Amino acid sequence: MFDVQKIRQDFPIINKKINGKPLVYLDSTASSLKPHQVISAENKYYEDYGVNIFRGVYSLSETATEKYEEARKIVAGFIGSSDEREVVFTRNATEAVNLAASSWGRSSLNQGENLVSTVMEHHANIVPWQEICREKKAELRFIDIVNLGQLDLDNLAQLIDQKTRLVALTYVSNVLGTINPVKNIINNIKSINSRTLILLDAAQAVPHLKVNVADLGADFIVFSGHKMLAPTGIGVLWGKYDVLQNMPPYQTGGEMIREVYLDHTIYNEIPYKFEAGTPNIAGTLGLAEAVRYLTGLGMNNVRNHEIEIVDYALNQLGKIKEITIYGPIKARDRGGVIAFNVKGIHPHDLAQILDTDNICIRSGHHCAMPLHQRLNIPASCRASFYIYNTRDEVDKLAEGIQKAQKILTTKD
Amino acid sequence: MDLYRDFILTHYHHPHNFGHLSDPDIDDKKGNPFCGDQISVTIKLTSNKKKVEKINFEGTGCAISIASASLLTDYVTGKDIISIMDLKKEKVIELLGITLSPTRLKCALLPLETIQVSLLSHLR
Repeated sequence: MFDVQKIRQDFPIINKKINGKPLVYLDSTASSLKPHQVISAENKYYEDYGVNIFRGVYSLSETATEKYEEARKIVAGFIGSSDEREVVFTRNATEAVNLAASSWGRSSLNQGENLVSTVMEHHANIVPWQEICREKKAELRFIDIVNLGQLDLDNLAQLIDQKTRLVALTYVSNVLGTINPVKNIINNIKSINSRTLILLDAAQAVPHLKVNVADLGADFIVFSGHKMLAPTGIGVLWGKYDVLQNMPPYQTGGEMIREVYLDHTIYNEIPYKFEAGTPNIAGTLGLAEAVRYLTGLGMNNVRNHEIEIVDYALNQLGKIKEITIYGPIKARDRGGVIAFNVKGIHPHDLAQILDTDNICIRSGHHCAMPLHQRLNIPASCRASFYIYNTRDEVDKLAEGIQKAQKILTTKD
Repeated sequence: MDLYRDFILTHYHHPHNFGHLSDPDIDDKKGNPFCGDQISVTIKLTSNKKKVEKINFEGTGCAISIASASLLTDYVTGKDIISIMDLKKEKVIELLGITLSPTRLKCALLPLETIQVSLLSHLR
């Protein structure tokens, strides 16, 4: 049973008033709010067994290790991986992309080869690839967008060739909201070049949709905990066992080793090979708790609520004069995000005026400058929705936009 | 609300010195990476090249950056280059007469940065 009012009770910040007014949080695409269950799970670690993992034979350390590894199993299960060794904990999705780009790229990419990304990517799925391509003198190509912000897949065969080593693309756009048909895209890419690896940025997908790595056929999937109710500082790189197995370490030091001698080192097996140093143990346990929470709600229910609220928002915002909404028309074709511009109002000014009523939206380029350049706009406003958002909050947003129009539009 | 009082909005809707000088001594651009805004200036110097005789700005921006550009271009007209290079954020805040959060301060300071960077490239 999906009960938004009941869900809202779980989020301490929603139930606080700021300057005497309730919070209308419409920026979950940047970071979701956290339920008390997750906050408690983090606290419980520090209060009950807050010691290092893999180190001690004493029982507290054994408990911490056990919980940490249990979290890995929970996360693996959530994304449909039957082998938890394929789950590497990172700081966030950005670090996960960097891990893949740096480790796989340094050891496997060669001069004259190419990588392919898309113009709708978050900077996190562009810049690491630019860097490795520059270093290796490889080419970085981009899939364009068409019409309302769908990937231009007709030209795939011209972009992907026998020298394409990896395609890095997003599952759900953090601006347009477009849900890319990734399973088909991956199939098409693999049919053009079966050796091309696929890295899927699922930072906007895993919190919102049922994601199954076994079904999708990608080689890497990255996502962040903090966008899916978990604490900041914990993210995931999922990689196919064989792919991860053949990659060199990303960072080196403690934990990632099996044996160290003064002149050489034998590395630990995956995933530990990629987890140098003491990890974010509390964050990992928080992530496991977030997964439990979402699983309890049911990802299909999460998605259905999102469709309903986005559909309502598209309708309500669509009634506003002089508004331009970017991305697919139907709520079903998009994630929980709506980017828009209001004629004559700069996004910063709109966000600032909304803030006087505690309505939080994002303004700017949302870490997607190339996409904004492609759309030929300097910036946009972005409202995004998650499990705790209500129709009433959508109404407040629509009223707030009209209020901003009154304040900012010329009177003469 | 304080930020969008009439004084700011008037400068936003009817900015002073908006446009492109036809025969400038300096023509430079600088974007604010924080929001993708772009403001560019053209400057005509006095015959001894020590003072700003005329300055125009153009580009897109929020109310704060446009109002700031409008006020600041007024302020620097007739001033010598060295004194303009010494201008600090406090001057911009004083001209605007509003309190700004750190994020919005970037918007307000974009015109000052643009003017100073373009003058600096001229000095070099």
